[in-house]
Amino acid sequence: MSKILVIAEHLGGKLNSSTARAVSAAIAVKGEAIDVLVLADSADAIAAEAAKIDGVSRVLTVARAENAHPLAAVLAPQIAKAAAGYSHVFVPSTTFGKDVAPRVAALLGVAQVSDVMSVEAAHTFKRPIYAGNAIITVEADATHTVVATIRSASWPAATTGVNSAPVEALTVDAALPTHTRFVELKQGSSDRPDLQSASKVVSGGRGVGSKENFDIIFKFADKIGAGVGASRAAVDAGYVPSDLQVGQTGKIIAPELYMAIGISGAIQHLTGIKDAGTIVAINKDGEAPIFEVADFGLVGDLFKIIPELEAALN
Amino acid sequence: MKILVGYKRVVDYNVRIQVKPDGSGVVTDGVKLSANPFDDIALEEALRLREKGVAEEVIVVGIGPADLTAHLRNGLAMGANRAIHVVTGDAVQPLTAARVFLKLIEKEQPGLVILGKQAIDDDANQTGQMLAALWDRPQATFASKVEIADGKATVTREVDAGLEVIEAELPAVITTDLRLNEPRFIKLPDIMKAKSKPIDTIELGSLGVEANDQLKTTHYAAPAKRSKGVMVKDAAELVAALRQKGLL
Ligand SMILES: Cc1cc2nc3c(=O)[nH]c(=O)nc-3n(C[C@H](O)[C@H](O)[C@H](O)COP(=O)(O)OP(=O)(O)OC[C@H]3O[C@@H](n4cnc5c(N)ncnc54)[C@H](O)[C@@H]3O)c2cc1C
Ligand SMILES: Cc1cc2nc3c(=O)[nH]c(=O)nc-3n(C[C@H](O)[C@H](O)[C@H](O)COP(=O)(O)OP(=O)(O)OC[C@H]3O[C@@H](n4cnc5c(N)ncnc54)[C@H](O)[C@@H]3O)c2cc1C
Repeated sequence: MSKILVIAEHLGGKLNSSTARAVSAAIAVKGEAIDVLVLADSADAIAAEAAKIDGVSRVLTVARAENAHPLAAVLAPQIAKAAAGYSHVFVPSTTFGKDVAPRVAALLGVAQVSDVMSVEAAHTFKRPIYAGNAIITVEADATHTVVATIRSASWPAATTGVNSAPVEALTVDAALPTHTRFVELKQGSSDRPDLQSASKVVSGGRGVGSKENFDIIFKFADKIGAGVGASRAAVDAGYVPSDLQVGQTGKIIAPELYMAIGISGAIQHLTGIKDAGTIVAINKDGEAPIFEVADFGLVGDLFKIIPELEAALN
Repeated sequence: MKILVGYKRVVDYNVRIQVKPDGSGVVTDGVKLSANPFDDIALEEALRLREKGVAEEVIVVGIGPADLTAHLRNGLAMGANRAIHVVTGDAVQPLTAARVFLKLIEKEQPGLVILGKQAIDDDANQTGQMLAALWDRPQATFASKVEIADGKATVTREVDAGLEVIEAELPAVITTDLRLNEPRFIKLPDIMKAKSKPIDTIELGSLGVEANDQLKTTHYAAPAKRSKGVMVKDAAELVAALRQKGLL
């Protein structure tokens, strides 16, 4: 029978919703146990949140000063040790998970399945390749531990409320390297909904034209309570910081409403929004490829249309 | 120091990939192949470090079939000093690629290894991290800025929460993100010069790497298509439509 270890992602003492999504994938394996592993400098609050996720059997904590920041070189040896006895190790496919999971897989000497979209059987998964232009079915060798990253946008967060799983402190005997050190995290401070969990996202592209012009995207997003995203062209041009990039090499998101404004719809961008509920495109070029995937399209100048949308909302 | 650069050939990013009707693979016959964009960025960064005097030699590495030579020549034309071609007819999974790189590291003793954060065909995003684990050295993935001084790399990483800065003692593995640099274009005289640069050819089998690929791809499918929606005539109609769906 399968036993699954889910690695918790957290920041600033709070559990990231990607963890509950990875638990959903673990539930789909239909195993006998799902344990969540929290590696942190102080783990109690995070563990308490994880214990409420329905489907979780136990929460294991490793609280050490070295775990204050998520350095893959420091976390991976601990995860590899903790993985003993588990058939699967699931990690969210966020920059955190993408960084640490392959390092764990290599320490265990096993292959990794990246970006799991669906669980077909305990060792059979679907995942995207070629920027999502093909979906492959992959079978992992059942005699080895499966290390997999879980594509957050494909999985709803497991519910919380009914569960109260036991929390146990774990001691792992792993030598931790000191060759890699955390210096700082420069966070875009924002009261807006987080791009990866927002139910509505408004994104701007090169068509917005400048950093100053991007204010109209931010204002409109605030008006409808949306998170803000951007195309790579907009990020490269310096209109917005890189953590707003949506797409193959940025964030993969699945909001209920996605509004692409001044974005042409390159395949690398579309990869990031395939799972969005409703896509709206606003573009002055009626031939733009974004209209091929949009549920609602509106051809016109964004600088004229956005004020009109705001007026129509009042 | 020497810098080892991963230089993988992939289907060009402009190609719209088609899945074969029988689900046995994707159509790759006759499609344009190019360097993985992240690997061009890796090579560019290595060349800049050499130009700054931080490194003396830049070596591009390709793992793949016999006809990879022309691709590796592009890397040489861009400016690499030499190339290593690890020859194999099989598709190589990331753990095997990492084991191959480790063998080359043992031989070449580089101070830095720069790989792409992901190859845009398989989108695995694994090789650099696996290599760093096997080598027991630091990894700095998704780099958008690299500074080398005093035997360490200070790397700015593009992470979901923003930009993270870490310090890694050398030797180390760095994987590139898109904004690290803009790769240079290859000029005609460089193509001529590249013809005389050496390419070492090594059979994968002779490296003593066990290619125990544990993943089997059993089926390829086209992604679910989104159906084309409707065009609305103005902002008021759009707001009404979204309100009706309960989205606003
Ligand atoms: C390896 C690789 C990875 C990549 N990863 C990503 C990724 O993760 N995410 C991503 O987004 N891209 C990615 N790209 C880039 C991608 O190929 C496109 O270049 C990019 O998405 C284009 O951004 P854009 O749509 O904003 O710009 P453009 O393609 O220039 O489109 C701008 C659009 O704005 C419209 N417009 C202009 N002015 C107005 C106006 N006043 N009103 C209304 N509309 C207007 C134009 O008609 C046009 O359609 C990647 C590329 C590569 C090679
Ligand atoms: C048509 C086709 C069919 C395939 N079928 C399968 C299959 O059945 N099963 C399967 O597991 N895989 C298959 N692959 C994937 C292929 O084997 C991948 O190259 C391999 O899995 C490595 O993944 P990646 O390059 O995405 O690794 P990543 O970890 O994304 O690569 C990161 C970086 O590592 C370096 N690197 C990786 N590989 C090489 C290389 N060969 N040469 C030089 N540098 C390299 C590069 O710097 C690259 O940017 C197939 C690929 C194609 C094109």
